[in-house]
Amino acid sequence: MDIVKRRRLVNRLALFLSVCAMAFGVLWLVWILFDVLRLGVGGLSLSLFTKMTPPPGEDGGLLNAIVGSFMMCGLAMLIGTPIGVLAGIYLGEYGQRGWLGSTTRLINDILLSAPSIVLGLFVYAVVVARTGGFSGYAGVIALTLIVVPVVVRTTENMLILVPNGMREAAYALGAPKYHVILSVTLRAARSGVMTGVLLALARIAGETAPLLFTALSNQFWSMDLGKPMANLPVTIFKFAMSPFEDWQKLAWAGVFLITLGVLLINIIARVMLREGRR
Amino acid sequence: MNLQVTGERVELSAMNNAQPDTAVPVRRGQIRDVVFYNIVRGIALLTLLILLGIIASLIVSSWPSIQKFGFSFIWTSDWNPPAEKFGALIPIYGTLVTSVIALFIAVPVSFGIALFLTELSPAWLRRPLGTAIELLAAIPSIVYGMWGLLVFAPLFGQYVQPVLAETLGKMPLIGALFEGAPLGIGLLAAGVILAIMIIPFIAAVMRDVFEVTPPMLKESAYGVGATTWEVMWNVVLPYTKVGVVGGIMLGLGRALGETMAVTFVIGNTNLLDNVSLFSPGNSITSALANEFSEADPGLHTAALMELGLILFMITFLVLAFSKWLLARMKINEGSPVA
Repeated sequence: MDIVKRRRLVNRLALFLSVCAMAFGVLWLVWILFDVLRLGVGGLSLSLFTKMTPPPGEDGGLLNAIVGSFMMCGLAMLIGTPIGVLAGIYLGEYGQRGWLGSTTRLINDILLSAPSIVLGLFVYAVVVARTGGFSGYAGVIALTLIVVPVVVRTTENMLILVPNGMREAAYALGAPKYHVILSVTLRAARSGVMTGVLLALARIAGETAPLLFTALSNQFWSMDLGKPMANLPVTIFKFAMSPFEDWQKLAWAGVFLITLGVLLINIIARVMLREGRR
Repeated sequence: MNLQVTGERVELSAMNNAQPDTAVPVRRGQIRDVVFYNIVRGIALLTLLILLGIIASLIVSSWPSIQKFGFSFIWTSDWNPPAEKFGALIPIYGTLVTSVIALFIAVPVSFGIALFLTELSPAWLRRPLGTAIELLAAIPSIVYGMWGLLVFAPLFGQYVQPVLAETLGKMPLIGALFEGAPLGIGLLAAGVILAIMIIPFIAAVMRDVFEVTPPMLKESAYGVGATTWEVMWNVVLPYTKVGVVGGIMLGLGRALGETMAVTFVIGNTNLLDNVSLFSPGNSITSALANEFSEADPGLHTAALMELGLILFMITFLVLAFSKWLLARMKINEGSPVA
């Protein structure tokens, strides 16, 4: 009888701790989001979107950083998406067996979780050191290297989920393989692939480390991708680490914008995936 | 899962090819087929080349430093750019210590979360709570960093560290780990922030592997009168241990390579004169983030490149090990969409 009581007690205790762990996890999310909202809203104003990043002690906004981030992220998505989708097609449709498929899959998974700062070092060594300066292009390349593995992985996962009956039906009509892939399987996996693209965008929107020594930053308005380019994450880093209060306030506003954007994209991606599966 | 069927697919397309190519559209289709195949194959090869390129370029760029310092780079702690003397012990120590602290906190918490999500949670709560944990992974690391520095670290130094010093700090052996001024920022704070960041990754993998445990196994255990905890600890965990370790390794890989959150809260000092976790330090990633863009092009840059190379090697091994374990469980990375 005693042992039964003890077992019950152990069970209760373990389950209680499990509930605590769950609460612990959710607590951080709520706490961080609450603080970002509380401190970020204070910095929101029209000048945030109309003025350039200021020198300390002066009035200003984040316009050049926001525009720079949009340009670099947009370009990285434009380059990275087709590469990722095509490599994903290889893995999902051709490379189920064979050395190239399995090696690429492993390498892609490692690139997916590799420290992004190392990608920055790579782009520095290959692009910045060769071309003789920090540039927006270098930043775009670094971000592209982050986009590709995410898109590859989701594309492959989604293609595998497409029922084989659909492929066979298309083959039976005499369609060549490329046609089957492009107009049957890829179309069936469309919403999943789009989800991957959105998640990749959410990932690079907040990436700081790979931009630190590729795009660097720029205090002034510049649309020239050949020069150092302002971007939100590096600007936030610089402003948050500074002792100036007005810079920190701008940094909180920037953090608010990024968090809001990233969470929105994530939620859209999830809804899209759910709708697509229906 | 559809390997057998793939065989059929290959046969079908072979039949397609075997047809006499009298009709023009068929031949055009074949040519396009070959072209398309080579394009996608070439792009897959490209991702392989990128990885080789990363390793090669890091080795080439860090060569001056490798040549000059050899292996002593790893265990000397003198980091002095003006004197051109570089030893990476302090950043390597900081990276390893913060990651170990993070695992120490994150592994039990993630286990608890996975247990809750698979066994305890009412069905209607499962999806929102799972999504909440996944969103924790979506928050950019710069947000964690800024919040950690300006909100978390001051509270941590004011309320948590004195308590730790009073309790754990008074114990023999481990007491030395919890001594010194409660600054807030430092190795311990960085470890805690890292723990929050990797909990979603580990918890997601744990949940996924727990879910593939055959219900028959669990029901048999329940049938002989086991409690929920006993089923979890004695049946599910042994059955899924390979996948669980894989998930932990995945989290470790993340923790080792995390840059911004650590850079904000670790304190960025190249000093190592005590073992206390309260003291500020430096990690590989924070050294890179702080010094690289201002480093001289000579030996200083090469030494930082070598730091990056070491980091890449460590994470590569950890992640490859994790992939190997998870592949044995036939579970993909616990990503939200997989």
